[in-house]
Amino acid sequence: MEKLLSIIFIYILVDNFVFQRFFGICPFLGVSRKMETAIGMSMAVVFVMTLATLATWLIYTFVLVPFNLSYLQIVTFILVIASLVQLVEIILRKISPTLYQGLGIFLPLITTNCAVMAVVLLAVRQEFSLLESVIFALAASLGFSMALVIMAGIRERQELAKIPAALKGSAVTLITAGILSLAFLGFKGMLTL
Amino acid sequence: MLILYAIATLGLIGLLFGLFLAIVARVFTVETDPRVEAVKEVLPNVNCGACGYAGCVNFAEAVVHGETASNGCIPGGKDTAKAVAEVLGQEVTEHTPLVATLFCIGDYGKTADRFIYEGIEDCAVAGDFNGGFKACSYGCLGLGNCVRACPFEVIRIGLHGLPVIDREKCSGCGLCAKACPRLLIKILPLSDDGHLVFCSSQDRGKTVSKACKVGCIACKACVKVCPQEAIVMEDNLAVIDLAKCNDCGECVLKCPANTIHKRSAIPSEGAALAAIAEEVVSETA
Repeated sequence: MEKLLSIIFIYILVDNFVFQRFFGICPFLGVSRKMETAIGMSMAVVFVMTLATLATWLIYTFVLVPFNLSYLQIVTFILVIASLVQLVEIILRKISPTLYQGLGIFLPLITTNCAVMAVVLLAVRQEFSLLESVIFALAASLGFSMALVIMAGIRERQELAKIPAALKGSAVTLITAGILSLAFLGFKGMLTL
Repeated sequence: MLILYAIATLGLIGLLFGLFLAIVARVFTVETDPRVEAVKEVLPNVNCGACGYAGCVNFAEAVVHGETASNGCIPGGKDTAKAVAEVLGQEVTEHTPLVATLFCIGDYGKTADRFIYEGIEDCAVAGDFNGGFKACSYGCLGLGNCVRACPFEVIRIGLHGLPVIDREKCSGCGLCAKACPRLLIKILPLSDDGHLVFCSSQDRGKTVSKACKVGCIACKACVKVCPQEAIVMEDNLAVIDLAKCNDCGECVLKCPANTIHKRSAIPSEGAALAAIAEEVVSETA
């Protein structure tokens, strides 16, 4: 129980995927312009990351390890993530068209999100149990969501601010991301596994 | 031997997932009307919402299901209405083009600023701050909410401080009218005929004449002179009924504030700038 709680705390705040590990920077900068899209993307990521980790952990433990094929993990995981995203998309389109439209392009985009790949690989490398892996994926994706929502909130305000011409656009966004990352450095070393 | 295992495992996993996806896709198919896609193809696809639906896809669905007429797409105009009707095999219905019109001509030279505003570049915010920086509390602030709202980029803020609407390219979708916090933009049928009172101030005459050189001071001269009885007073503002106006131009001659103009001769940016320049010259001389 204690380990699960520390996993949650560590991967949301201390070892945040975006601010400390620099995974998933492209969606972090790409879809953080509006709060609405940021939340849509966050939901999709939480959904896919947790499911993908569950599926890959099972395949890794019960297929790859017994056959001594753990070196195939990256290829296999790509396959799993891509099929899973496709599956979620097909089912969602039928069951909840509103959610499907809300997530829109973000769902297929997650296939190429490096944060998802990182989560499934790290879960295996750190030799987490099934429950720990799922909790780890949930925490990591929530950390990603938090980063995205914070960034979207800041950028929405920046739209209205008077920014010097030289810094307008991506320049000020990158500076903001850097400062945010530095701020989260404050959690460093607070807790380790 | 090991490589065979690897290939077999990966191949099998791939095959299984592929089969599974194929089955799921078959079970969870969503039936779509191919006509919806065909209608969407011929729409402008800017998702402006002028038709009353959330986006072009929703409009296409509504047209196909017969919930709305094929000429419902306002920005698309005649051509789109025709194309939509062709896709659905319907008769082409008549379509009147619309245009956005700004009901304020109080540019830099006509209306003074009460104070220098250096806040957020947004008409709604500036208007809420101490009643707006402009002397006229009804006038256009020129900070460009309409410009940002226009999906077709046909509005720009002119050098005289007021938005300039490209009448040729305006589709009449009405997003600018919704974006204007002072409700200065109205959507009218596109035509050069008829005269309009280019002012929206509901203040009393004395207040208006202090604030703006071209504001309607509610003197009723135009109401009295109009042979068609097309002009009425509403909230200290003369309003011309375009259906009754026959373009005689009597009101233009009578108006002491120069607020009434023919629609084809809306005061232009160039004329406003020339007037400002003339004033500066006469002041320095």
